[in-house]
Amino acid sequence: MNPLIWLPLTPLLVALTLPLCSRWPNLREGITLLGGLGLFLLSLTQYLSAEIPSELILATPLPGYPLLFRPEPLGIAFSLLVSFLWPITSLYAVGYMRGHKEKNQTRFYVFFALSIAVTQAIALSGNMLTLFLFYELLTLMTYPLVTHSGSEEAKKAGRTYLGILMSTSIMFLLLATVWSAQLAGTLEFTPGGIFPDTLTSLTLNTLLLLFVFGTAKAALMPFHGWLPQAMVAPVPVSALLHAVAVVKAGVFTLLKVVIYLFGSDLVAGLSAAEFVAYLAGFTLVTASLIALRKDNIKARLAYSTIGQLSYIILGTMIATHSSVVGSSMHMVTHAFGKITLFFCAGAILLATHKTKVSELDGCGKQIPVTIGLFTLAALSTIGLPPFAGMWSKWWLLQGTVETEHYLLTAALLLSSILNLAYLMEIPLRAFLKPAQTATPVYQEAPLLNRTAATVTTALCIILFLLPEQLFQHFSMLGGG
Amino acid sequence: MSLSLHLPVLVILLPLMASPLCILIDRARASWLITLIASLLSFYCSVLLLQQVQITGTISYELGGWQPPWGIEYRIDLLSAFMLILVTGLATLVLLFARYSVEQEISKLRIVPFYATLLLAIAGLTGICVSGDVFNVFVFLEISSIASYTLISMGRDRRALNAAFKYLVMGTIGATFILIGIGFLYMHTGTLNMQDLAGRLPALYDNRTIRAGFAFITVGIGLKLALFPLHLWLPNAYTYAPSVVSALLAATATKVAVYMLLRFLLNIFSLDFSLDAMPLDLILIALGSTAIISASLVAIFQVNLKRLLAYSSVAQLGYIALAIGLANHSGLTAAMLHIFNHALMKGALFLSLGAMVYKLGDAELHSSQGLIRHMPLTSVSILVGGLSLIGIPGTAGFISKWYMIQATLELGLWPLALIILAGSVLAVIYIWKIVESIFFQSPPSTVAVHEAPVSMIVPMAILAAANIYFGLNTHLTVDLADSASTLLVMGGGQ
Repeated sequence: MNPLIWLPLTPLLVALTLPLCSRWPNLREGITLLGGLGLFLLSLTQYLSAEIPSELILATPLPGYPLLFRPEPLGIAFSLLVSFLWPITSLYAVGYMRGHKEKNQTRFYVFFALSIAVTQAIALSGNMLTLFLFYELLTLMTYPLVTHSGSEEAKKAGRTYLGILMSTSIMFLLLATVWSAQLAGTLEFTPGGIFPDTLTSLTLNTLLLLFVFGTAKAALMPFHGWLPQAMVAPVPVSALLHAVAVVKAGVFTLLKVVIYLFGSDLVAGLSAAEFVAYLAGFTLVTASLIALRKDNIKARLAYSTIGQLSYIILGTMIATHSSVVGSSMHMVTHAFGKITLFFCAGAILLATHKTKVSELDGCGKQIPVTIGLFTLAALSTIGLPPFAGMWSKWWLLQGTVETEHYLLTAALLLSSILNLAYLMEIPLRAFLKPAQTATPVYQEAPLLNRTAATVTTALCIILFLLPEQLFQHFSMLGGG
Repeated sequence: MSLSLHLPVLVILLPLMASPLCILIDRARASWLITLIASLLSFYCSVLLLQQVQITGTISYELGGWQPPWGIEYRIDLLSAFMLILVTGLATLVLLFARYSVEQEISKLRIVPFYATLLLAIAGLTGICVSGDVFNVFVFLEISSIASYTLISMGRDRRALNAAFKYLVMGTIGATFILIGIGFLYMHTGTLNMQDLAGRLPALYDNRTIRAGFAFITVGIGLKLALFPLHLWLPNAYTYAPSVVSALLAATATKVAVYMLLRFLLNIFSLDFSLDAMPLDLILIALGSTAIISASLVAIFQVNLKRLLAYSSVAQLGYIALAIGLANHSGLTAAMLHIFNHALMKGALFLSLGAMVYKLGDAELHSSQGLIRHMPLTSVSILVGGLSLIGIPGTAGFISKWYMIQATLELGLWPLALIILAGSVLAVIYIWKIVESIFFQSPPSTVAVHEAPVSMIVPMAILAAANIYFGLNTHLTVDLADSASTLLVMGGGQ
């Protein structure tokens, strides 16, 4: 059996096993953790070994357009990232779901595992049809997680989630995919692109816009509204899915489209790409401004994610070598920073039952570990040394300077300052401001939660020490 | 060996002969069994026929040994065989499902006549597919239509009578139009045999009588296939008919009408005449687009699930009409694929609703609340059917949507592509209304029901699984649709 199949199959098997042991929570969560660990080791050994199979055809639904897995540097990075974070998030989820006394926990773990399986398939996709199939499935698999609580608010959020993600993907992404198939006769991800030289720039520009607006998972304005709404989900969902898997699947799709369908050389010359880059610049500044005004911690982090995603979109659309490297790197580095921030937000909720920034005054002394980790992850997200977030922002900035898009350079810098303002407000309030009222004594969140956050924070620092390796890995993607 | 020569007539004869047999035996359970066996055998014959056609090409069968044009000719090409498989296959699955549902929904005295009539309907529908003679098409159409009116009127709700009557009036107008049209063609060509007609008509394309005949036939078939705005009979008929009948009609009857349309437009007349010289391509595209958008919008606001699916059927028929109107090879392939795939999804959905009616008494949206807790398999099959209806990749619905969009883009008609996609988005809304109610509402506390019996679950599950299977493995469907539409475009089918 082709070993590639095990990457989506492992979480799928976990998902199928879990309902059988819904009566034994320890067993259920043990299986999730083991499955996660297994998946990580599996992907690690596969990607490190030299004999990684080059492709796997699952089925051929349309003549000439098979469902195809074909690992390449970007997909490998994404797959590894998610398979590493799944067991850690599961660890966190055990503490969170028990501490928060959530209902329907089996359903939660099942759909979580299914989402991971689909994300692995997205990472491995070898053509646009495969990517589209799993892109849609990811929306469906994460929907029950968004509406997990079953409250009216959650249902409403679920409708927005499904409404925006599905309508854009059907109206634009599917159209773009069929159209590409029509124009190029293939949908296979090919270095340098698939489109013949004969296409007019009007066609290419329209096609690129369809791809960009069809990929609402990347949360580019004006199709970003689903992400803040999705925050009604339990914290582990927001952490792994809505800061990493789902949103990164969005920017991953765009990166794949730009690098392997259009070819970055071609994109660099398209006016639509420039337009999208500026729209991303607008999005990242606006999202930061909105984040500044959000009092709810998760909402603030959600807008922060929207902003950071636009960094990646911006870099993708500029499409120079440094910006593509920066974008791909940011996909990874932002993941570690943002997941830690969510872990800490959840830990704060568990420890103090507080969800608002303005309520945090003075609690830093009582839960120093949580707030401390939050601070480190915030610094990484802002892009300061000695954290991984610095490298990706560096290359992104370099890309804008190289192409003399100084307005975008300014936007990136301005946004970083805003990041600093809205993220650092939280530790500053917690550590420096005195508590407004006499507060009860809080205890740190469960050890599981702190462990998970510590591991991801450590990764932010470790990746800072490996800029060469990151750069070399993503340099394989090329770029003009 | 000799029997295999008579397959074309056996397909019809089995249900046709089983019908009086039911009446003679006059036992409810036995008549169900007879009906099931007859349709199963008929399905088996269809499969053999398809194999024969694939090997030897078009089969011509002379009824009673009389040579056409004097005798009646049954003529089976790839398209006919494809339709036969669809009709008899779906009929078999629906009948497997039927036993309990019919026992509950039809009063005891009427069960035997019900099955006898059902067999007539199946005989009529298969007959249309094999006839190589336009007058026979009309006869079989009447057999199937009259049987359908009767079947619909047997619904539990008294409004079924009204619905059946409306359908009868509209259907009869349609049939009359078709007959008038056929008469006009006969006046000038002196033949009823399809091949002879196809040979003689091109010389008469400028003749006004022929053109009027063409118009009469098209409008008549339009009524039968519920082409917008001639669809008004359909929602009530599907809503109030017994569940089994809704499933059978939705999956097969309108599809057979589409088949007739294709035969008349492309084989008896030709592509150049029907969709080019006559402005029918534009008409089909305009009506199809309107159907997609307006019927989908109406579906969103329905609270009875059967009615909701009925409006969705009008929209789906709009897709097929639009695809035919594109008048190119990929458009016809898409139409053919959608005929098949839509039968799968609507079959799965209407059977699931049948199971729901069996257990809960009705198919109202509010009754479906929390259905997943009581009837998980039925709920999942509704979900799969729904996803296929939306056209989520990995389901059969996606394949036909893909081909349709490709066909519009080939012609550079991207606004039509947008309409097709918008229809999908509207489908998300009306399907998700159901999904939310089934999966995310808590059930009314009074309800305590269990999953439907196995004999209902199995056909439902087969259809749901087929929706996924034909979404991933399309060798059979795409190849068939592709070769059939090649035949149609070349006009060499008959």
